[in-house]
Amino acid sequence: MAREQLLILKHAREPDYTPDLECYLRHGGYATLKRALALPARTLADGRVQSAPEQLRQEIMVSGLRGRGGAGFSCGLKWSFVDRKSGKPIYLICNADESEPGTFKDRQILHRDPHQLLEGMILACYANGVHLAYIYIRGEFVAGAKLLQRALAEAKAAHFLGSNILDSGYDLEIHVHRGAGAYICGEETGLIESLEGKRPYPRIKPPYFPAVLGLYQCPTIVNNVETLCAVLHIAAMGGSQYAKLGTPNNTGTRLASLSGHVRRPGCYEIEVGKVTLRDLIFDPALGGGLRDGRQLKAVIPGGVSSKVFKAGERVTLKRKTADGKETEQQVDMLDLPYDFDSLIAAGSMSGSGAIIVLDDTADLVAALANISEFFAHESCGQCTPCREGSLWMAKILRRLTSGQGRPADADDLKHIADQIPGGRTICAFGEACSWPVQSFVAKFREDFLARGAANEARRGGGGETHEMKIAATAGV
Amino acid sequence: MSMEPPADLEAEIDALISRYPHPRSAVLMVLHALQERFGFISPDALEWTARKLGLQPINVWELVTFYPMFRQQPQGRFHLKLCRTLGCALAGSHELHAHLCGKLGLDPRAQGPQTTPDGMFTIEFVECLAACDAAPVMMCNDALHERVSLKRAEAIVDECQLAARHGFEP
Repeated sequence: MAREQLLILKHAREPDYTPDLECYLRHGGYATLKRALALPARTLADGRVQSAPEQLRQEIMVSGLRGRGGAGFSCGLKWSFVDRKSGKPIYLICNADESEPGTFKDRQILHRDPHQLLEGMILACYANGVHLAYIYIRGEFVAGAKLLQRALAEAKAAHFLGSNILDSGYDLEIHVHRGAGAYICGEETGLIESLEGKRPYPRIKPPYFPAVLGLYQCPTIVNNVETLCAVLHIAAMGGSQYAKLGTPNNTGTRLASLSGHVRRPGCYEIEVGKVTLRDLIFDPALGGGLRDGRQLKAVIPGGVSSKVFKAGERVTLKRKTADGKETEQQVDMLDLPYDFDSLIAAGSMSGSGAIIVLDDTADLVAALANISEFFAHESCGQCTPCREGSLWMAKILRRLTSGQGRPADADDLKHIADQIPGGRTICAFGEACSWPVQSFVAKFREDFLARGAANEARRGGGGETHEMKIAATAGV
Repeated sequence: MSMEPPADLEAEIDALISRYPHPRSAVLMVLHALQERFGFISPDALEWTARKLGLQPINVWELVTFYPMFRQQPQGRFHLKLCRTLGCALAGSHELHAHLCGKLGLDPRAQGPQTTPDGMFTIEFVECLAACDAAPVMMCNDALHERVSLKRAEAIVDECQLAARHGFEP
């Protein structure tokens, strides 16, 4: 039986655990920070002296931690890119703009255990010489923002924040910054623009790599809530110990948000790669399977921007053997270990860790229409392929779901979706809006063709009238 | 220009501005504070914000029009935000929306926020509220309600009406 491995959710799961400082301290809170701040510099074998922040950064590198926000980029590498010689201040921003549909993991931390995030964030700031940091929290998390505000005040009063933290000589201020309902703010350069008080139009890279030219054109680190909590646990147990959790190159634990047609939707903390999609969906201790009499139809494995898997789909599983050789085998998509690399090799991604399960009662044309409406609404409008493409895909899907579709709509959707991604847009939103369309239409082509044909038949078959064309174009 | 916010609000706003090395960064937080107090961002409030932060009004205007949470008209006393996105749609959010619109005498097919003529309720479909395990979800003002059945939704509306009649917050 698959098991959860509770590290981040360990206390948050306890029924009598409360989000205040006293409760956090009772559970050993801020002990890791105290230890880190008191850590002496050490002399390496080659005579170099390594400061406490450098040691912390090295632990993160050794841990193999990969960012939990969606891209899965190495956290240690991200930190190593920071320009430490520019003479400019270095900023850190916690990305708490949780908005990828299907994702609700950061909410668990923010609402149940805010001090865990703060301790991880203070450690990350200390490791990187940051003295001013922000938590960018999505605007709809009103209660979460208030809880964080209170936690910050408590931490400051207890001397874990502010000037000369715990008499270490280290100064740090952290502030809460609320977004206002725009998904694009989760993109790190869009987030930075938003924090600068502008429209959150993502910046083009190069030259605007946040590690060099981020907030106020200064070196900036943007880390997800869950990533910063992992930093705390790595600092507590050591990077090599953390790396023993999970699987090689996919280390540690991860929060999976499971929703849709399962008996036990919820947020589950698993060792990365030690649990398969099948375990997550069907294990009685996790998703608990589908409802009675239902059959699996599709799985969206990493938030709505990831490519969908069809039930029964065979995918390529790549594995490294003990002697370093890579083996490939064909497996059912449900047998994919839930990790970063396996899902990418299988043609999708684990993204933000959001798994949405669709059973045979789901209308997949309607499901894709729903997803495309989301992206049409959230495109920032900066790049033409994304702004126009996301809208046209949503319009075509709207007409298919409202009786005005045609069989050719399937090919039209693919044609549009194929022209958005692949470096034609400034940020990855172009990919995010086209991947679901490409994969749904390719894997459930018969559903889209049948819907178009049924639409046409209902309208009296054959050619469209002039009025229908107008109505269809207007998305009525 | 007529609007001058009360002293306590201006003090709150000054404290917000002091959190940033550049005042412009505070603009979202200032707009949130103004909207919380006045219910929406009026043209006066917009111009005041621009002056306060040393910006042109267009710099604030382009944000108010971009971010969905900012409103340019007064809204109902109770703002119901129903999640429209996939997890909630699979769990019946469209039925929930239609049902609530029916109860409040509003048009379920209308686009964008709608407010009842008495100014009591605004109902609006919003994008994913990040609580998909508890679908369908709905916010009533700042509070999130989970697993909202049709019956529960009616009860929430009734509680709001009762609260309004007796002058307390639900």
